[in-house]
This record gives sequence, structure tokens and C-alpha cells, in this order.
Amino acid sequence: MSLATFLDLTLSGLVVGAIYALFALGYTLVYGVLRLINFAHSEVFMWGSFAAVWLMMAMGARSGMSIPAAIGFLLLALIAAMAVSGAIALVVEKVAYSRLRHKNAPPLVALISAIGASFVLAEIMGLRDKIAGWVGLDGVLAPYVARARDTTSFPNPLPNVTLFEVADFPVRSNQLIVLFAALIMMVALDQFVRRSRLGRGVRAVSQDPEAAALMGINRDRVIQLTFLLGGLMAGAAALLYLMHIGVTRFNVGFILGIKAFTAAVLGGIGNIRGALLGGLTLGLAENYGSLIFGTEWKDVVAFCLLIVVLLFRPTGLLGESLGKARA
Amino acid sequence: MTSPETSTAPERTLGEPLLVVEGLCVNYGRIEAIRNVGFQVPERGIATLIGANGAGKTTTLKTISGLRPVRAGRILFEGEDITKVPSHKLVQRGICQSPEGRGVFPGMTVEENLDMGAYSRKDRRTGAIREDRDRVFTLFPRLLERRSQFAGTMSGGEQQMLAIGRALMSRPKLILLDEPSMGLAPKLIQQIFTIIREINAQGTTVLLVEQNAMQALRTADVAYVLETGEVVREGTGAALAEDDSIKAAYLGGDV
Repeated sequence: MSLATFLDLTLSGLVVGAIYALFALGYTLVYGVLRLINFAHSEVFMWGSFAAVWLMMAMGARSGMSIPAAIGFLLLALIAAMAVSGAIALVVEKVAYSRLRHKNAPPLVALISAIGASFVLAEIMGLRDKIAGWVGLDGVLAPYVARARDTTSFPNPLPNVTLFEVADFPVRSNQLIVLFAALIMMVALDQFVRRSRLGRGVRAVSQDPEAAALMGINRDRVIQLTFLLGGLMAGAAALLYLMHIGVTRFNVGFILGIKAFTAAVLGGIGNIRGALLGGLTLGLAENYGSLIFGTEWKDVVAFCLLIVVLLFRPTGLLGESLGKARA
Repeated sequence: MTSPETSTAPERTLGEPLLVVEGLCVNYGRIEAIRNVGFQVPERGIATLIGANGAGKTTTLKTISGLRPVRAGRILFEGEDITKVPSHKLVQRGICQSPEGRGVFPGMTVEENLDMGAYSRKDRRTGAIREDRDRVFTLFPRLLERRSQFAGTMSGGEQQMLAIGRALMSRPKLILLDEPSMGLAPKLIQQIFTIIREINAQGTTVLLVEQNAMQALRTADVAYVLETGEVVREGTGAALAEDDSIKAAYLGGDV
């Protein structure tokens, strides 16, 4: 193995891992306040990715644009993806969880409800050509809805240039942008939850819901906020994923969602910094694993790592929020 | 802060009932936790509910705080019906509970926990919060020593003090204290009751739930005895403390 191959695998592992981590925040935040896995989170990501693709298509993004225009387009796509993902996450909370919670439904019911919401959201996207046909808009919307079950590519207007070389390995601009953007979003979220008043409300509810209510914190508002924050981060992850991979599909959320969920559990679900550590560990493990065993063994390596880590540290690498493993 | 000259018999005039509980019934599933419980807490006074483990004391406090649904009965605070007011809205009205045992936020520091007590206050941006925090540190110097420590790593007694301090940070008119002496060494128990009298002397009405019956009765103006979910005796704290049947049932020679 050459040093260049090693560097390549390391950098792309970190990039993919950072995307997993950003995506994982939604699982970890919601788990923190509800002790529930939001299985519809994968579709929140998928809808964000289509929002970005469609906006780019609508604006006529293409390669060869000026750099400032390309950056402007990408920022607009980021906002669109975050807005759509955030909105879908809030709708999921309202439709699939809120009523059940107020009727004191057992957690398993909410879990099934979430899986149902996930299928509905994925299939609406996968059948969008049919839906557009019903309302007679399939002609107008053809570029957006045609071949609904195939992959759709993301017209990235920003050229992917080689910035510098390390030991014959070219470090490309896209990878660094994705990696740093993901890290910046995560630091911002971490600081928001740590320092802001609303963020302290989120922490209080996840550490002790009854005591939080006694302090005057409205649990329903906090739950909505965590869904929104998770959705915004998933939207950002979706755009970065498109910049890195280049395509999306109606069922893209499924395997990626499982990976992001794995990252959350690996790092210690309920723990924001754990999601970052878990995501990066998973991304690197996948890439190094594919180097040793071959690419087709990538997922096997990732999930074996998860099982091994959990055998020795059942609460994940960083454990649950300090000293509080609530039953 | 002015300390009262006499902490054992403070010069206070008790006002009208601040909190009135009437015919309160609460169920856990089909099991009746409390049945037809009624009592009053006079303004500026200290009222106590005593009783054995499982008598329904904590349930009563949690129900007043809105954490448990009421099956029947009413709760009035300052003359207004608060039976159906959700718990997170009670703080702004002036009721704050210090929960039993480890009811602090374990992953937050002592200071962060205290700030959570002021979460609903409108004057958050003024210096008032820091003054109140200093006041809590004066009451509980131990918390000052541990201000940057995570609450989950402190002893049970320290967490208890933190829970009381955190409730005080909301500047309540009525503070509900659930077993404040639980898990404390005898010397600290004395101290905590002195602090409760001090909090009361500064103008806060207190509803105290205790297993440590003798101390609670000595501290309280009015007292109610709960037995299997019902109020079976009531009277002034002093009178009940001298009552032979109460002594036999609850005091068992301790303290």
C-alpha cells in the first residue's frame, strides 16, 4: 500500500464520517429527550437532498459558473435543504409522535409509527411522478419528477480543484469544504446546546424531564426544538453528501440512516460529541476495512466494529450523558 | 440578608391560606395513591405533611406541581384554581418544588443547576440572578466550594442542598420541599431545618414533606399526618409533637 492510498482512504473516511456525524445528531438529540429512535430521520435527510437538487436545477446551476456565483448557489441550496429537512422533521414530530405521546402510548407504538412515517415519506418521493400526474403537473414538472425511482444527480457548480499534494496524493477542494463545513455545523450546534438558554432547556429535559418541568421548561417545546435542530443538521448533511457523492435517490436514506444511527450508538447515543466521534470512527473504519478486506466488506467491518465496541462499552465510546442511564 | 434574632420562634404573622388543597384524589392506574386529601398552607407559614413511607406524601407534592393528573378535587393558589395548570407554568405563578432525592441535573455543574432554577424568570438579564445565587451560596457554603462540579458526582446530601437552592433561584412565593433531610447525617439534618426556618423568615411560604417527623413538627406552624393516602390528623406542629399517639406511631424515639 502506498502512502497516497492511505492518505486517500483517511481523508475520504473523515469526510464520510463527518457526514454520518452530522446526520447522527438528529438521532442523538431526539433520543436524548424522548428515549426514542426516530426512524423517520433518514427520510428527513433524503427530502433535504432533493430540495437541494431541485433548487439547483431550478436556478440552472452548471459547471463553469464563476466561483462566487457557484458559492452563492451552494449556500442557497444549503438553506433550502436545511429548511425542507427542518420542516419535514417538525411534521414527523407533529403527526407521528406528538399525539401518541399525549395519549401516553407505549414506546413501541411510537417506534412503529416512526417506521411507518419513514416508508410513507420515502414512497411519496419514489412515486412523485405518479403524484404529479394525478394533479396534472407531470408535464411542467417533468425534469423534477421523471424516473422517480432512479438516481438523480446533483449539478454541483463548484469545480473540484486540487489544492495541494501530499506524497503524490492530491487534496481536493470539495473534500475539504465538506469536512470543514460539517465540523463547523457540529461545533455550532454543540455550543448552542451548551450555552444558549434553549439549549440548556434541551439538556435539562434529557437529564431529568420532571425536574425540567418543575423549572418551568415546556417539554413539548423542547421536543419540537430537538426535532427541528436534528432536521436542520440532516439537511446540511444532505447537501454535503451531494457535494461528496453527487447523486441521491428516494431510498438513499435507508442505508445511510442506519450508518448514521450506528455512528450515534457507537459514540454513545444521547451525546452530541459522541456523534462526532462515532461518525469519524465509523467513516475511517469502513475505509480501512475496505483496504484490508476489499470494498465489498466495508459494511461488514463497520457493523463488526459496532458490536465489538458495544461488547466492551455498552453505552458507546463517550457513554450517555454523565451518570444518568435512565431505564 | 438579615438573619432573624430568634430562629426557633420567629416573629411572623401568618396570613390567609396561600395554598388550599380540597378533596384531592390521585390514582396510579387503578390503585388509589391518595384519597380525599385536604389541607391548607398559611401565607408566610410552614406547613408539613408527615407520614410513613408510601403514605402519599410525595404524590401529593407532585400533584400540586402538576406532575400527576388529578382524578378529583381542587388545588387553589392565591385563591385561583391551579388544578389543571401544567407544571411548567406553575413556576411563573410562584410555586417551585425541590424534588426528593437526586432530582438535580446530573450532567450540569452546581452553577448551571442553580441557573436552571432561574430559567423562567423575566429578570434574567439583570444582576438579580447573581445576587440570588450568592444568597444560595450564603445559605449553603458547601455549594460554593463545589460550584464547578457536576451535580451527578456529589453526595446525596449535597444534591439535596442543590435542589433546594435551585428551587429558591426561582424566587418562589411557595416552596415545596420533598424530604429535604433524606440521606443526611444527623448534624446536617439540624442544619437543614435551620436553613428552612431561615428561608421562611425571609418571606417564603414552605410546604414540607418529611419522614423525620419530630424535626418537621418542631419546625412547622401547621401539620398534617398522612396515612395510606388519607389525612388522619391535623393540628399545630407543637400540638402534634406532644401527642402521644403521634409519638408512638411516627417518632419512635428518634432525634
